[in-house]
Amino acid sequence: MNVVAALIAVIGMVILVWLGVGVLKLYTLFGVVIPYAAFLTFLIGLVYRMVNWAKSPVPFKITTTCGQQKSLPWIRHSRLESPATNFEVFLRMALEVLAFRSLFRNLRADLRGRKLYYGSSKWLWLGAILFHWSFFIILVRHLRLFSYPVPGPIDLLDKVDSFFHIGLPHLYLTDVAILAGLTFLLLRRLVDAKVNYISHASDYFPLFLIFGLVISGMLMRYFFRVDITSVKELTMGLVTLHPKVPTGIGLIFYVHVFFISVLVAYFPFSKLVHMVGVFFSPTRNLPNDNRRVRHINPWWENVPPKFLTYCEWQEKFKEQLESAGQPIDEDCYKEKKES
Amino acid sequence: MALPKPDELLRDVNYDRMPAKHWMDTKPEFRPGAYCYAGKPSVVEELGLPFPREWQPHDEDWKLPPNWKEIVLNAIKDRAERFRSFKLFMDICVRCGACADKCHFFLGTGDPKNMPVLRAELLRSVVKGEFTRSGKLFGRLAGARKLTEDVIKEWFYYYYQCTECRRCSVFCPYGIDTAEITILAREILHEIGVNINWILEPVRNSAFIGNHIGLQPHTIQENIEFLLMDIEEITGLKIEVPINKKGAEILFVTPSADFFAEPGIYTFMGYVLLFHYLGLDYTISTYASEGGNFGFFTTHEMMRKLHAKIYHEAERLKVKWILGGECGHMWRVVHQYEDTMCGPAPSNLEVPKSPITGTVFEHAKSTKIVHICEFTADLIAHGKLQLDPSRNDNYVVTFHDSCNTSRGMGIFEEPRFILRHVVNNFYEMPENTIREKTFCCGSGSGLNTDEYMEIRMRGGFPRANAVEYVHEKYGVNMLACICAIDRAVLPPLMNYWVPEVQVCGVHELVGNALVIPGEKKRTTDLRFQPLKGVEEEENV
Ligand code: SF4
Ligand code: SF4
Repeated sequence: MNVVAALIAVIGMVILVWLGVGVLKLYTLFGVVIPYAAFLTFLIGLVYRMVNWAKSPVPFKITTTCGQQKSLPWIRHSRLESPATNFEVFLRMALEVLAFRSLFRNLRADLRGRKLYYGSSKWLWLGAILFHWSFFIILVRHLRLFSYPVPGPIDLLDKVDSFFHIGLPHLYLTDVAILAGLTFLLLRRLVDAKVNYISHASDYFPLFLIFGLVISGMLMRYFFRVDITSVKELTMGLVTLHPKVPTGIGLIFYVHVFFISVLVAYFPFSKLVHMVGVFFSPTRNLPNDNRRVRHINPWWENVPPKFLTYCEWQEKFKEQLESAGQPIDEDCYKEKKES
Repeated sequence: MALPKPDELLRDVNYDRMPAKHWMDTKPEFRPGAYCYAGKPSVVEELGLPFPREWQPHDEDWKLPPNWKEIVLNAIKDRAERFRSFKLFMDICVRCGACADKCHFFLGTGDPKNMPVLRAELLRSVVKGEFTRSGKLFGRLAGARKLTEDVIKEWFYYYYQCTECRRCSVFCPYGIDTAEITILAREILHEIGVNINWILEPVRNSAFIGNHIGLQPHTIQENIEFLLMDIEEITGLKIEVPINKKGAEILFVTPSADFFAEPGIYTFMGYVLLFHYLGLDYTISTYASEGGNFGFFTTHEMMRKLHAKIYHEAERLKVKWILGGECGHMWRVVHQYEDTMCGPAPSNLEVPKSPITGTVFEHAKSTKIVHICEFTADLIAHGKLQLDPSRNDNYVVTFHDSCNTSRGMGIFEEPRFILRHVVNNFYEMPENTIREKTFCCGSGSGLNTDEYMEIRMRGGFPRANAVEYVHEKYGVNMLACICAIDRAVLPPLMNYWVPEVQVCGVHELVGNALVIPGEKKRTTDLRFQPLKGVEEEENV
């Protein structure tokens, strides 16, 4: 049901583009207006999200410590898992964001009879790395379409990515990798009972959407061969804010553009914001230096705690204290007289 | 209901078989052994918490206040405004499932709502369904739903089936900490008078008397004197424990269970022997007589109310620094909350410095509170303790990292360093079940009540299973830990799953091994068990 709904939504988009571009010839709408609107939504949405998170304070320093704390000088503390300084936090975050450190820890629990077994389970990590890194490289590669002349590094990236010279035009490694990653992530969601059970339609939707995006892109490059000069004319027009719509670009291109437009517009308002959100995560982005450096909670700083003071307590248990021979604090009475 | 036999308990548990129904269509069953009793009206009232009334979770009607829904929705909004963690964690979960089989309650029940991701979804779905347009529009497709009374019951059931252990947070790629969500969910439930007595009664006792079971000042003293008599019998040493002594150098705070409950009392005897050996100038307090803090399992405000007494007392007694005993959640509170909520530390406190070794505990220079394992490890490293580990030769020891000190503090090496010096037989449990990946005892966060036994045995199963492994492989018969809740709940857990294994605090083993000038030749350990070799000697 969830899967079907998500799939229908994505297929619906193809039909929409076909109607809009193929039948109604709304080139400007699909080639210029929608991409611009989507990009704006992306920017505004993302800023809104970040500001919104930042508006809520971090009242406590709740680092999840995954390694030895810094305490006695002769005990080696774990700089990456229990960072004691901001620099070490930076390293921890870098490892998390660039190498998916926590996913790398993944284990799989199996129950046989009344015995539990844990196996290392790095498939999710691998799938996630394949998917995210190829997506990133593909994005960077696309800058080729938005720059003139194309900067050297991007050209180089392109060369490396198509290094194996398979087919014509050369097959990009990242195209293969992202398909592999996506397929794995989708299959896992469908096949793994637990993940299947927790998945909403909104978990399948971005997967199908990105699938559509990748496939339409690959079709364009390897099979239908859209006119790359016209495409670049359009993309350059978009970045230089002089949009024009050259004729003769195939429908498939508009499908591709529509998919990416929907994706970026959807991005800030969905779980996809995890990409930015991870930087805000208080269990990861704070040092484990709690007893060394005081953390301020803005909504408590000037509100003293209310509790039973010693003197109030002493009044209550005076008899017991006296009979047990525990000292009575005379200061309690002094203060009273003074005030 | 009698508890099923260990071999039968997990019969229906299967991690790969999920219910046919969507999780939004299933309801928890409040059967005996699987929920905790509601807070008694008198206790709730005394604490000034809202809506004291007679009710029980198995009742059809929970007698919620008429405007409960409004209260809950406002509470959610309020928490989102005050806690970035909450707001963010509601937003960024991608349901990757990395956390799914990391929770001991899932591993022990197979209940999908015990997967941390679904536990969080229970609240996330309401946040989406009540506060976002897409949630209102797409409903279940977007994982959104409306807030109903059944949802409240479900929250109660599952947010009191989470021990706030943070194991899930270690594995989550974004560090989403379901413990944080549980903490706030419980806080929200309190606002409509939904609570459990096992937490609130200790909170009431701590707030108005001083410690969990309400030991009054003279009773604490009597208990201690009783333990000192035992010490005298075992070692021949006459020792005194200073109580409420003004001007002492160090205030020692430990969970109150160490004063009266087995096996915590043996740990306490270990502390006392150590302090005596060192000639330490310290005091305990019968006012700040609780290191544990069940307020942490109630609301942030309640945690603060209970914890404030420690600095207050340190100020009154004019001590120089504070030493904390072995306790798990106490140390999460001390380490991650204390300075923020009760600090800055009173001005009479100084950066802690060991009077024996001269070590300055720089890492505690703001809070001025040192963990006893840090203190003792430092002593051993400087060769200040004469130890005879063979006195613990009856024991083959393994070490249980408690959740809070592991994932909310990171004290892993200190207790191990101590253990390696005070026992001859020490073996680690399998790597995936210790340190940051340690498994909860199954009864943490105030769920250590008898009426909850079935779930406790299920939740403690992964821990017990790892103990069983080293028991079979190395003959481990002693499970050492640095947590008072562990000391209270691991014995019944072991008794159920691995009955050959006993439980102790690290400082009990220190107390056994410590060779103290002037003591008589010991023939028993602190539990009055004959030392290894002694019996044979006597029989010769
Ligand atoms: S590991 Fe984190 S992101 Fe993945 S399902 Fe669990 S809470 Fe969500
Ligand atoms: S904090 Fe612990 S008990 Fe709670 S959901 Fe996470 S793993 Fe389970």
